[in-house]
Amino acid sequence: MIDFFQTLGHSVLSSFAKLGRSCFFLLQILAGILTVIPRPRLLTKQLYSVGVLSFLIICISGFFVGMVLGLQGFYILSDFGAEETLGVMVAASLVRELGPVVAALLFAGRAGSALTAEIGLMKATEQLSGMEMMAIDPIKRIIAPRFLAGFISMPLLAALFSSIGVIGGQVVGVGLLGVDDGAYWSQMQSTLDFQEDIINGVIKSIVFGFIVSWIALFEGYDAVPTSEGVSRATTRTVVNSAFAILGLDFILTALMFGDI
Amino acid sequence: MENSVSPDKDIISIQNLTFSRGHRKIFDNISLGIRRGKVTAIMGPSGTGKTTLLKLIGGQLYPEHGQIFVRRQNVHKLKRADLYNLRKRMGMLFQSGALLTDINVYDNVALPLREHTALNESMIRTLVLMKLHAVGLRGARDLMPGELSGGMARRVALARAIALDPTMIMYDEPFTGQDPISLGVLVKLIKELNDTLGLTSIIVSHDVEETLGIADYIYVLSEGKIAGHGTPEQISNSGSEWVQQFLKGNADGPVHFHYPADDYNNDLFQ
Amino acid sequence: MQNSKTQETLVGLFVACGITALFFMAMQISNLSSFADENVYTIRANFDNSGGLKVKSPITIAGVRVGRVSEITLDKDEFVSVVKMNIDARYKLPADTSASIYTAGLLGEQYISLDPGGSEELLAENDVMDITSSAVILEELIGKFFTENESE
Repeated sequence: MIDFFQTLGHSVLSSFAKLGRSCFFLLQILAGILTVIPRPRLLTKQLYSVGVLSFLIICISGFFVGMVLGLQGFYILSDFGAEETLGVMVAASLVRELGPVVAALLFAGRAGSALTAEIGLMKATEQLSGMEMMAIDPIKRIIAPRFLAGFISMPLLAALFSSIGVIGGQVVGVGLLGVDDGAYWSQMQSTLDFQEDIINGVIKSIVFGFIVSWIALFEGYDAVPTSEGVSRATTRTVVNSAFAILGLDFILTALMFGDI
Repeated sequence: MENSVSPDKDIISIQNLTFSRGHRKIFDNISLGIRRGKVTAIMGPSGTGKTTLLKLIGGQLYPEHGQIFVRRQNVHKLKRADLYNLRKRMGMLFQSGALLTDINVYDNVALPLREHTALNESMIRTLVLMKLHAVGLRGARDLMPGELSGGMARRVALARAIALDPTMIMYDEPFTGQDPISLGVLVKLIKELNDTLGLTSIIVSHDVEETLGIADYIYVLSEGKIAGHGTPEQISNSGSEWVQQFLKGNADGPVHFHYPADDYNNDLFQ
Repeated sequence: MQNSKTQETLVGLFVACGITALFFMAMQISNLSSFADENVYTIRANFDNSGGLKVKSPITIAGVRVGRVSEITLDKDEFVSVVKMNIDARYKLPADTSASIYTAGLLGEQYISLDPGGSEELLAENDVMDITSSAVILEELIGKFFTENESE
């Protein structure tokens, strides 16, 4: 019985220790970002591997999600005779929620896990150690550019997801199911508010980008430097990112769209 | 056993160093000195913490007790900027080479030059090619680390380690797992670099033959203490049983063959 | 290993696409392009029951949107709903304009429809409209239906 409490206490304490390490890590990254700015080459390379390589999966997923929304939305709304508001339904769902959240989840799965694996492997093959011994701060040179790239890419990817999704909804709703094209767009334009919907969606995706990049890089940096350790760290990135995204989404939605 | 520490001639002076990992004492109050301009070897069985010692010298790890002086500076009391300056004067060759895998050989060797100097690209090119030529890999400059054999990767890492013309180099297990030809190349390089560039070299290894061949002075570590030290002749003729077992590679001796266990008969016939 | 020129081009394209998407969202999806808030004036109207009217509900004349509801408050003395409206400055309204709350479609949002009168005087900033018609409340309608039936 005592063992159980001991184990529990130990895991709680080590979780707190990990949280502390990750906060310290974040501060080091933020300090290091300033050194990335005068060296755009490092940033472009990371933007390529984080953003450009995620482009395809985001666009395809966005399109399919938009199409499904168009399809399902049409059937639900036609019960109320409100097919014309399909545009509103698709756009609102995407811009406010699905765009930032699903894009962030996909990002965590594709780019986040890649970042964790890369950093973890660098740790395991002593590349990070080697850089330190050459008096090069690995946080400034390796970690900070990746963080900045993730932070910049996320809102762009979420915007792409939402936009392509809206077009996907149009293809299905207007093209296949006969909703009026003019009604699709005009209802959408008059209902969705720039400040409340678009800006809030963008803010969400910026927050998600920050969190996912932080988690992915920290798990890699903190990983046990063996192949098993790296694989566990990669899994943790995806799982913890998912929890963080969904949890923050609730909080942000409540703050932005609710009356709390 | 007398210490060979003489702070004036030693470029590195380790005094009363104690370091533990968990409950295990890796180093228990050891003192040793590394002479300037000489090849000093630190030997011992696997797991005695030889790599740890290099990391302690480089300031990546902190001792529990004791001090490490490099060029009369206490490594662990240095501020971050001074520590980084110190590291620029040290070259380190990791066991796996530790090259950055996403850039090619040329860029790997150029890395310390680009980061720490304000030289223009053509000067850097000259230096990189010189260093690569010194290790015999000038023609391999466009290859990626993934395309190199282990021995070649280590030589590139060596070229990188001497890029900033350090005054001392630390080699972490340079001979482990190498075929005879690569071994011969590495031994030749280490000796030549040390002598022609006037470097101080520290080799951490458990390869007896090669190390005895090129070292000027040897420390043998065991269980956190110095089991023996001296020139290669002194060590070969050491009276310590343990050192003799280590040098000759005997299966049984002070380090027992059998892990502690119960009586064999009783165990078999319960 | 990609050429760094190719990489840079692709990164540039990626960022350009992302920014285009953001603009697309702003222009095509939301109301940024339609409503410019600068030239409006405020008028008020009191309703016995403003029903499901909300802030930002549209205000129309003959079906054309001319403004939005800016504030809905309760008058503490007379217990009526005071609705403040922002009307586009291009449209001048006669003093005897009436305001009615209608519902768009069966389940749609509620809006105010203005019916201009014939007066020569115009409504000025902060004037109050006299003639108003409250929102239709479903329960009252059903209640009326039942009582009418009973009385037959």
